[in-house]
Amino acid sequence: MTRARSLSRVAMLLLVLAVVLYPLVWVLGSALKSPTEITSNQGIWPQDVTWSNFTVGWSYIPGVSFSRFFWNSFLIAGASVLANCVSCLLTAYAFARLKFFGRKGWFALMIVTLLLPGHVLIIPQYVLFHEFGWVDTPLPLIVPKLLATEAFFVFLMVQFMRGIPRELDDAAKIDGSGPYRIFWHVIAPLARPALITTAIFSFIWTWNDFFAQLVYLPSVPSYTVPIALRLFVDSSGQTSLGPMLAMSVLSLLPVFLFFLAFQRFLVQGISTSGLKG
Amino acid sequence: MVLATATRPQAASTPPAPPRRRSRRSPGRRQEGLAGYVFLSPWLIGLMAVTAFPVLFSLYLSFTNYDILSSWDMLEWVGTANYEKIFTTDPIFWKSVRVTLTYALIAIPLKLTASLGVALLLNRERRGIGLFRSAFYLPSLLGGSVALALVWVAIFNGEGSFNSFLSLFGIQGEPWINDPDWALGTLMVLSVWQFGGPMVIFLAGLKQVPTELYEAASVDGASRVRQFFHVTLPMLSPVIFFNLVLETIHGFQGFTSAYVISNGSGGPVYSTKIYTLMIYDKGFTDFQMGYASALAWIFLIAIGLITVVFFSTGRFWVHYSDGGDS
Repeated sequence: MTRARSLSRVAMLLLVLAVVLYPLVWVLGSALKSPTEITSNQGIWPQDVTWSNFTVGWSYIPGVSFSRFFWNSFLIAGASVLANCVSCLLTAYAFARLKFFGRKGWFALMIVTLLLPGHVLIIPQYVLFHEFGWVDTPLPLIVPKLLATEAFFVFLMVQFMRGIPRELDDAAKIDGSGPYRIFWHVIAPLARPALITTAIFSFIWTWNDFFAQLVYLPSVPSYTVPIALRLFVDSSGQTSLGPMLAMSVLSLLPVFLFFLAFQRFLVQGISTSGLKG
Repeated sequence: MVLATATRPQAASTPPAPPRRRSRRSPGRRQEGLAGYVFLSPWLIGLMAVTAFPVLFSLYLSFTNYDILSSWDMLEWVGTANYEKIFTTDPIFWKSVRVTLTYALIAIPLKLTASLGVALLLNRERRGIGLFRSAFYLPSLLGGSVALALVWVAIFNGEGSFNSFLSLFGIQGEPWINDPDWALGTLMVLSVWQFGGPMVIFLAGLKQVPTELYEAASVDGASRVRQFFHVTLPMLSPVIFFNLVLETIHGFQGFTSAYVISNGSGGPVYSTKIYTLMIYDKGFTDFQMGYASALAWIFLIAIGLITVVFFSTGRFWVHYSDGGDS
């Protein structure tokens, strides 16, 4: 009885696994199919493996190759990681550890901005950055992150810092340390796990971001990978399906590698930070 | 430890009255207050410049005819004209509202049910739980990307692999992506496919349910179904609430997949024209920034109302075992 139940449970989990993994395995297999095979063979495995989709796709867009798009994407994602880590760490320290006038009110406001839809802000922000002459540069995508506007990470770090024992601060205070030394020598080093979680999610979310990059990067040389991928669709012909899928695979690869390297971290980060809310 | 409590008189572990309560304005305190604002300053600047000012500015713009192409001198105050037009003569607004609500009302409950169901299955399993959990979580990391939306187009178009799968059973498939009746459905499937995010949170929540409750329930002769409804669901209700709020806010803000699947048009026949797509179109295709700001403000108020409704009804069905938030 229990054995049968356990078997059917495993069978159901395997079925879910198949559904979850199918699109990923399919795109990987299809990217390796030849242009003729890709329309005729809808299965997962290519009959004979061809790499031409990758070379054709890499320089598919006239004048600008995917090296440029990948560089742009890495630049923006890397800068976002640094900006988020520094600015959110500073902000979180103030909220989690320092006592100052108006702290509770500011914290409540921070929670409100957490729920604020980005689409409401995009038009006035665009007008603002347009006035600055920042459109078609990576600045509108990076500078706001230097100002700790990604409230989710502030919240995550505040939750983490609240778990660091107060006795450590107190001991440092007795030794004569002020709030700046405590930040630098006690809190910042101990907040490393929260920083790693922030770095991973900053990278993945910026890498996958489409809306803001679509709005702020209008010219082809400043395109990032997601924006460039859309060019395959605009010239919708059957011949571009293979290269499109090949470049899609490459664009998913960094996130997938991050996932492989940090999966335990990611899953634990989500479940602990999520639950403490 | 004795020294430590002496410097922090308000620490909970010292029952005797604090020796010097009047010393609130000590140099150390003032220094800490100043430091607080020093550390907070980047965020404060961000709050003012990148959040608060734009929100208010867009409220102002929503009462104007501003478009980014002409100079500021051309800007005219038009009163509530934008709002009147949206609610009365705009041919797309109500269609878009209906599409957005349909999407939210079907996709969000489906996604939450799927994530809870798989979490329950996985929670009983001992072997391979880590592997399953990670694999199920993977789509939440990849699913929001342009690449996955393109894969969806390739799988769910008329000649795609989903239809060749159906033909194995002799079923003639639809041209899903290009069919006004089904295009939104493919978006919902893409959303449900990313059930791993809430599932991980549900799993963590299930681990918190004390096993004594199940033992007590089975001693009382409660069936598995009864145990689920009378132990699991109430104990899990804070996590369900958390996921519901998170997924609702997330669900209303979807953009990438709808934009890519319809190639920016929201088609076929407006069937995937979700609200964010309409804002983008008015603002960045038609450059009617004033009109788009009005649309955005209606969106903001709607999301605000939904959040208020959630939090005010939450106390009727969310059960906190310790009587308050933890």
